[in-house]
Amino acid sequence: MDIVHIIILALLVNNVVLSQFLGICPFLGVSQKLSTSIGMGAAVIFVITLANLVTFMLYNFVLSPLHIEFMQTITFILVIASLVQIVEIVLKKVSPPLYQALGIYLPLITTNCAVLGTAIISITKNYNLIENLVYGISIALGFTLALVLMAGIREQLVLNGVPKAMKGFPIALITAGLLSLAFMGFAGLVK
Amino acid sequence: MNYLKEFTKGFIKENPLLVLVLGTCPSLAVTTSAVNAIGMGFATTFVLFMSNVLISLLKNLIPNKVRIPAFIVIIATFVTIVDLVMQAYFPDLYKALGVFIPLIVVNCIVLGRAEAFAQKNNVLASFLDGLGMGLGFTMAILIIASIREILGNGSFFDIKLTSEDASTILIFIMPPGAFITFGYIMVLMNKLKSKLN
Repeated sequence: MDIVHIIILALLVNNVVLSQFLGICPFLGVSQKLSTSIGMGAAVIFVITLANLVTFMLYNFVLSPLHIEFMQTITFILVIASLVQIVEIVLKKVSPPLYQALGIYLPLITTNCAVLGTAIISITKNYNLIENLVYGISIALGFTLALVLMAGIREQLVLNGVPKAMKGFPIALITAGLLSLAFMGFAGLVK
Repeated sequence: MNYLKEFTKGFIKENPLLVLVLGTCPSLAVTTSAVNAIGMGFATTFVLFMSNVLISLLKNLIPNKVRIPAFIVIIATFVTIVDLVMQAYFPDLYKALGVFIPLIVVNCIVLGRAEAFAQKNNVLASFLDGLGMGLGFTMAILIIASIREILGNGSFFDIKLTSEDASTILIFIMPPGAFITFGYIMVLMNKLKSKLN
């Protein structure tokens, strides 16, 4: 029951993009086409899940026993940056097709604040290993959901007569606002 | 080199948020009140000019191949300083800003200025560039926060403008209000830009 609770909260109610404002840059930047948004979403799921797991272990088995919790920002960002590099190298060697599909999105993820944000937030929630893993996956799925929805809307939007001053970022932001309004409806799912 | 120009370009011409559209995450998340916006703006400004100064001092020592990780470590150091100082002296503000203080590390403005300006220019110019960009960012999020706080909460800098029982447009301090306010400010900016050209 607890696991289901975590999934619904992280995926829908507190959606990482639309209610916590993490990862806005890729959300606005890579949501012009449905196909690229799915690629980006897959890469984000991969990296957030892995990064969340690694930072969780690092915090609980290294930083916390040594009482150097204040080092978390520096260590986490370095771990995430090197993790993305390692993932890229390993993927290139092990699975070229997957690398072809995700390759171009991977370097962009280092500066995606959703990755670091999720790692920091999940530490403050005092989850155990399994709950932490589920939380990471749900956050990443929530990001992908928002990104794919947005890309679907923006593909249609191109065909419409948007006023000149609203083209590009402004209309995307207003669309995101309406999506966020819709997602507020999910708040009733959890007591 | 015109130092005054380096300082003032961040205000309007190259405003990091409204013109370059960098650092959107904190500007949507912490703009629920003007006080939060000022806190976030000053924290970012401090990190910006301090990291700019240090990077421009070390620019000849950092090998080109590892410059990005080196910049990130320098930035993360100053973010940790801000994080600890705020936690100690401004606990309320620290609680309100939450995860977005450590997230200054991944704010594209900071790394962007290090990469585009500080590693190529001298210390004074880098300092002025960082300060100007930081103040430009603070100004931009203060505008968003003022609109959201006045419309959504009926107050400005925590001073109540409406009577206690007046109903306000609550949606503006909720997440959708952030997107919509920022969207319409960008519309206004585009309109002004096309008028000027």
